[in-house]
Amino acid sequence: MKQNAWLEKIKNWVFDNKVFVIFAFICIGATLVSESPLFFVVDGVFSRIGRNTFTVLALIIPVLAGMGLNFSIVIGAIAAQIALFCTVYWGFTGLPGMLLTIAITTPLAILFGYLVGKVMNAMKGAEMIAGMILAYFTDGLYQLLFLVLIGGVIPVDKTNPLIIPGGVGVRNTIDLTGNMKYSLDNVSMLNIMTFVTILIGVIFLVKLVLSLLKKYQLKTSDYITLGVVAAAYALSYIPALEAFLATNRLRLLDGLTIGVVAVALWQLFLLVKAIFIQRSKGVSLIKPVLGLLLCGAFYALTYIPEIEKVLMMVKIPVLSYLLIVALCIFNRKILDTRIGQNMRTVGLSQSVATASGIDVDKTRILAMIISTVLAGWGQLIYLQNIGAFGTYGAHLQIGQFAIAALLVGGASVQKANNKQAIIGVILFHLLFIVAPQAGKMLFNNPQIGEYFRVFVSYGVIALSLAMHAWKKVKKETDAKAPKNGVLPNGSTPEPDSTPS
Amino acid sequence: MKKWKAFVDRIGLPRLIIGLFFIFLIISALLLGLNSGMILSDIIRRWMMFAILVLAMIPGIQCGIGLNFGVSLGIVAGLMGMVVSLEIAFRLEWLVKYGAGSAWLTLLVALGIGILLSLVIGTLYGMLLNKVKGSEMTVSTYVGFSAIALMNIVWLSLKFQNGELSWPLQGSGLRNTASLASSFGGLLSDPDVVRNTQPAWLQWLAIKAGDVVIPVGLILVFIFFCFVVWLFLHSKQGIAVSAAGENQLFTTSSGIHVDTMRIVGTAASTVLGSVGIIMYAQTYGFVQLYNAPLMMSFACVASILIGGATVKRASILHVIIGTLLFEGILAIALPVVNAALKVGTLPEVVRIIISNGIILYALSKTKGGNQ
Repeated sequence: MKQNAWLEKIKNWVFDNKVFVIFAFICIGATLVSESPLFFVVDGVFSRIGRNTFTVLALIIPVLAGMGLNFSIVIGAIAAQIALFCTVYWGFTGLPGMLLTIAITTPLAILFGYLVGKVMNAMKGAEMIAGMILAYFTDGLYQLLFLVLIGGVIPVDKTNPLIIPGGVGVRNTIDLTGNMKYSLDNVSMLNIMTFVTILIGVIFLVKLVLSLLKKYQLKTSDYITLGVVAAAYALSYIPALEAFLATNRLRLLDGLTIGVVAVALWQLFLLVKAIFIQRSKGVSLIKPVLGLLLCGAFYALTYIPEIEKVLMMVKIPVLSYLLIVALCIFNRKILDTRIGQNMRTVGLSQSVATASGIDVDKTRILAMIISTVLAGWGQLIYLQNIGAFGTYGAHLQIGQFAIAALLVGGASVQKANNKQAIIGVILFHLLFIVAPQAGKMLFNNPQIGEYFRVFVSYGVIALSLAMHAWKKVKKETDAKAPKNGVLPNGSTPEPDSTPS
Repeated sequence: MKKWKAFVDRIGLPRLIIGLFFIFLIISALLLGLNSGMILSDIIRRWMMFAILVLAMIPGIQCGIGLNFGVSLGIVAGLMGMVVSLEIAFRLEWLVKYGAGSAWLTLLVALGIGILLSLVIGTLYGMLLNKVKGSEMTVSTYVGFSAIALMNIVWLSLKFQNGELSWPLQGSGLRNTASLASSFGGLLSDPDVVRNTQPAWLQWLAIKAGDVVIPVGLILVFIFFCFVVWLFLHSKQGIAVSAAGENQLFTTSSGIHVDTMRIVGTAASTVLGSVGIIMYAQTYGFVQLYNAPLMMSFACVASILIGGATVKRASILHVIIGTLLFEGILAIALPVVNAALKVGTLPEVVRIIISNGIILYALSKTKGGNQ
């Protein structure tokens, strides 16, 4: 009996996650067929996680607010590219240049996001098609700006290498090598630590001043945070540690070690909590113990020489990964705030939200603004990692690929979370890496593999949209059925099955 | 003032702007002293080239599935019809056996295969759309994209012998653009082709009046299909289809099977899409494969909306006016912009802004087209 229940559970899980399951199989199959070297695959996946995940995570908040998959994140990317053009044109370089670019991108993206939100409020219930068309429309305006207005109306320096020799329009590619390439990836861990320490210090000082003014009560946790950060910063003066922290890339092996240790400590904490604090409540000990064992097993895997060699060679940019972690935390923490709760309520039912006094339109606009700004930042992370971009093409596929990745991770039009975004990015980009080689092995034509991955990204979106619509229709008819159970004249309708 | 406002409301502000823009372009073309005969020929050519594709929107809108972004399915069926027909013509050596007649045979076989294929695909597509009522446009956009992407793989794996279709020195794969010069390219629209290949009694197919080329054959084909659509909409079946699109509850109660009517309308739209792309390729002189037709459905949707159609109602007049305005602007914009501003890419930009702008406007007018 118990075995049946388990089987049933597995069956349900597979059915609920069919997109994910199918895709995982395709990915594993394509990887095996392609016979690519392990280093090539692992290196590709980790560099793509670093540059693409941020944009995918930008999709989560609109889903939360019930606005579906935000096809208009392309508009955030456009804001980023306009800003990047300006700073490159003015000749800014390195981290200061990138910070200025971010400073220009943000207000632009806020403005664009506000306008997108306005349009979507005028087309409630059709946000997704509106987002798609809006993205194409904005692309047209962007082309008008970059091809005609720059140089044609807005006076520019005709000798600038970004401008087409005639003096009107911007060149096809903008090269970031030597100015903005790796400007974020190359920030060393030491600098990040210094920045975080100063930030925490400033926050503490503000709180201290507020508490002196009797507007805020300092908590123990504030002191602890400050103490921990200060201690960590003091540790960084140990020469060996300092040398390690002065680098900007983390060896994957070190990254994994840190990750495994962190997870293991967390599981240990849960275990201790379960044994000593929640003892009376009968909390199961299986999960934390299992977690610890898994951590151990996972870490043991890294001692296999082949895997270890790869892990030693692959390096990940620290800041990009930290930014992704920060966005994950933001996406989760926003649920605890009033804004996040309002968004969730609006997402569940607009009429309920209105009845409970939430300004539905404003909440939806806010969701679009957040998403657009995040998409803009995500595009900057992406472009500084790539190091050059097609002025007229770099933004076009962003929306489609990000959405496909999110859906592959098991998200739907109504539900999406951080975990799905990260799993989706890994699977989707794994396919991107191995597909050409798999196509070559299977059909003797790498082009087939490339077309296949494009087809998959469109197909996955089409499938998810169709399933969502299908479910919606089914729900509506199911909801209608009991209401129609009794005909207006009071008689009951004929049952579907033939009367016995 | 009130009258003016009522007038604007009736026509719609974007339509008015686009109409005025068209007139503005014509006047500037005249002022710039451009060759008016050539421009007029170009307008007529592009107008008729796209007209049947735009006509494919009518059954879709009338049966209630809204703007059929999935007309791409019909387009790939038509493309398949053409390449298969060209390959048959090559294998059976029609050019040698039938001479000038082979062009007609190839065209007819292409149409036959295209229509049959699109009938099957369209029926299946209609069934899918019945499952996703209320979100047809969102779904159909991506179904259309997926179809084009899937066909990319098919084009790349087809092993054809016709050298005009396949890449030389490669085992498989078709070219990005295949010339129709030796088959039916320009058969109904190009005076030179008609003069060189067709007998005297068919010389009326494409005539030159002064500088202006009039593709009589193509126009007749368009009129024929307009008539077919008109007949279809006024037949018993067609009225039922329109009724299904108008009010589903009322229609169900009067005994019309809404779902079947929606399938009929969708299939008709898909078939017209396949005929449309064949006529397009015939006029253009080339078959464009791979990603070329990716955004074509957007142009069709935009054209009929500019003509005055809504997400729920469309007529043949909307097709005629809309295609003239949309394609006319693109036809004149290129020479005008080249003469005045020297920015060759501007017409493409204008096309993107106009087509997506008008679609957005139409969607916002009907609450996103949701029924």
